[in-house]
Amino acid sequence: MPKTLFEKVWDAHTVRKLANGQTQLLVGTHLIHEVTSPQAFGMMRDLGLRVAMAHRTFATVDHIVPTDEVSEPYADPLADAMIKELRKSCKEFGITFFDRSTGKQGIVHIVGPEQGITQPGTTIACGDSHTSTHGAFGAIAFGIGTTQIRDVLATQTMALGKLKVRRIEVNGKLHPGVYAKDVILHIIATLGVNGGTGFAYEYAGEVFDRFSMEERMTVCNMSIEGGARAGYVNPDETTFAYLKGRPYSPKGADWEAAVASWRAVASDPGCVYDDVVRIDAADIAPTVTWGINPGQGIAITGSIPDPAKAQAVDEKASIEEALAYMKLTPGAPIKGTKIDVAFLGSCTNGRLSDFQEVARYLKGRRVAPGVKAIAVPGSQGVGLICAELGIDKVFRDAGFEWRNAGCSMCLAMNPDKLVGDQLCASSSNRNFKGRQGSPTGRTILMSPLMVAAAAVTGSVADAREVFAVNSN
Amino acid sequence: MALEKITRVAGRAVHVPGNDIDTDRIIPARFMKCVTFDGLGEYLFYDVRKNADGSDKAHPLNDPRFKGATILLSGVNFGCGSSREHAPQALQKYGFRAVIAEGFAEIFFGNSTTLGMPCVVASREDIARIAAAVEKDPSTEVVIDVKAQKVTFAGQRAGITVRESARNALIHGRWDPIGELIEGGPDALKVASNLRYMKA
Repeated sequence: MPKTLFEKVWDAHTVRKLANGQTQLLVGTHLIHEVTSPQAFGMMRDLGLRVAMAHRTFATVDHIVPTDEVSEPYADPLADAMIKELRKSCKEFGITFFDRSTGKQGIVHIVGPEQGITQPGTTIACGDSHTSTHGAFGAIAFGIGTTQIRDVLATQTMALGKLKVRRIEVNGKLHPGVYAKDVILHIIATLGVNGGTGFAYEYAGEVFDRFSMEERMTVCNMSIEGGARAGYVNPDETTFAYLKGRPYSPKGADWEAAVASWRAVASDPGCVYDDVVRIDAADIAPTVTWGINPGQGIAITGSIPDPAKAQAVDEKASIEEALAYMKLTPGAPIKGTKIDVAFLGSCTNGRLSDFQEVARYLKGRRVAPGVKAIAVPGSQGVGLICAELGIDKVFRDAGFEWRNAGCSMCLAMNPDKLVGDQLCASSSNRNFKGRQGSPTGRTILMSPLMVAAAAVTGSVADAREVFAVNSN
Repeated sequence: MALEKITRVAGRAVHVPGNDIDTDRIIPARFMKCVTFDGLGEYLFYDVRKNADGSDKAHPLNDPRFKGATILLSGVNFGCGSSREHAPQALQKYGFRAVIAEGFAEIFFGNSTTLGMPCVVASREDIARIAAAVEKDPSTEVVIDVKAQKVTFAGQRAGITVRESARNALIHGRWDPIGELIEGGPDALKVASNLRYMKA
């Protein structure tokens, strides 16, 4: 019987059925970072447990690590303690740690693919909801809590209920100036922030066939913002070309065998999905959020919703709550909304191609007076290549601060935070209340080029106009 | 290890209305700089409960009438956002034993169940009825029967749904799966040995 990739990977990793009906699932690859793992190591010590397969867990530091300090101890003693705690635990339990000193540190969802650890047909878990990113390679990858980190450390398995699969096909051609970020913001706005609850999303269609791995990662990354715990793209030649020659990729004869198995893991023609959604690429515009969840998005040419025109009671209440927080005017165009901060980075859009694309247009432009603009490469590797290509200089010359790798202002567990009710044009993934570090801080999510357009004009702008974008 | 069989949760309730209440709101990220979960209860819903100067905002959890509530009532998609177990940990450390909502985000639901904190789904109308009873008399005892999937309060009753795997785990005292997972260790090794990428 034809099967989806999800079913094949699930079956290949099923250890056994548990008494409550869930599956004991083998977690092939386990990624950890400094924020959600220390308590798990504490539980391991309390229970006297050993790490079952230490060679299948990889660690790095990203959430808390400051992007403007390089030497320890860091100014924030709590952050310093958490990073040292992870270093100690990795040493104690024999886990590979991509520490800053290795030159391989970065946001965990950028490091995994970069090192070739993220591979098709695998299961990947990490104590971070954006683990769905790794699905871009045809892996089943999902976020877990700290107690489950303990489970994976101790047994390399976890208890999980099987997800349904929704195929989301995006066919046709994206307009110039429309990016992967716009695709996923559009999908979430269409299906809702909880539309994916209980599902894994299979992204497919002509747009995904043409997308680079980095574009696929941007989309899969935000699956969870649509409620889907996992999202994936079937592996193809683009996937294999990306992986070839990376440090942890199979080598020699193993490479050929691996590629053959990766090809075989893709969803079979004729397989049955629990749901199918089709989207026309031509309907997707550069998209920006106006509210307090990632589903509250509109085209840059659109107007801020008016609660008076809401169809349902719920919708009215949520628009009112969002606009009160965002201090935006119902019915006004979103374009022209003044910004205070521009943030380019995160596990959604902190990859080489994000900075490359922006640099193409940013050359010779200047960040508007009064706007604080920061660019944060997602990994030391990304930072290094940007430096080699002179991309960092383009950003610096334009008036951006160019930082060291980390999660930075996406969740502001580090010194990069909004102040007061500052409004941030952000390439990150969440616009929740207080997300960027100030209880009254405001976030508008958008693509990297739209962040650059906002930075140089000082307000939410249409990058196609600001940069005369004619073709992608 | 022997775990408590969680067949029912009884206590006073508090209604925190709203849809899509995310984990950043439940526990803002800056309070996650900690190596244990102890003390997280203090920061539950911090930014919606507290002003910048530390004084209280108007919030159901700041209302003395609902002090000591152990059951939280809320809306659609409760716990959306990040995978931080800090969110259910903060609820539990604050004193909550169960959440009744119109729906839960996937990761939050799993994390809560693993901590033995039932997340049960009720209809909007029924949540409004419970909330109204609690508003009228905050001392109302709300009883969640996890096993029979019903809730009783102020002489009324309402149906709830509990996902079967969670219901089973809670009522049989196997909500923390570590023991079972360890038992499956030899089987896990066998499965791993068939997977090329897992070789040491």
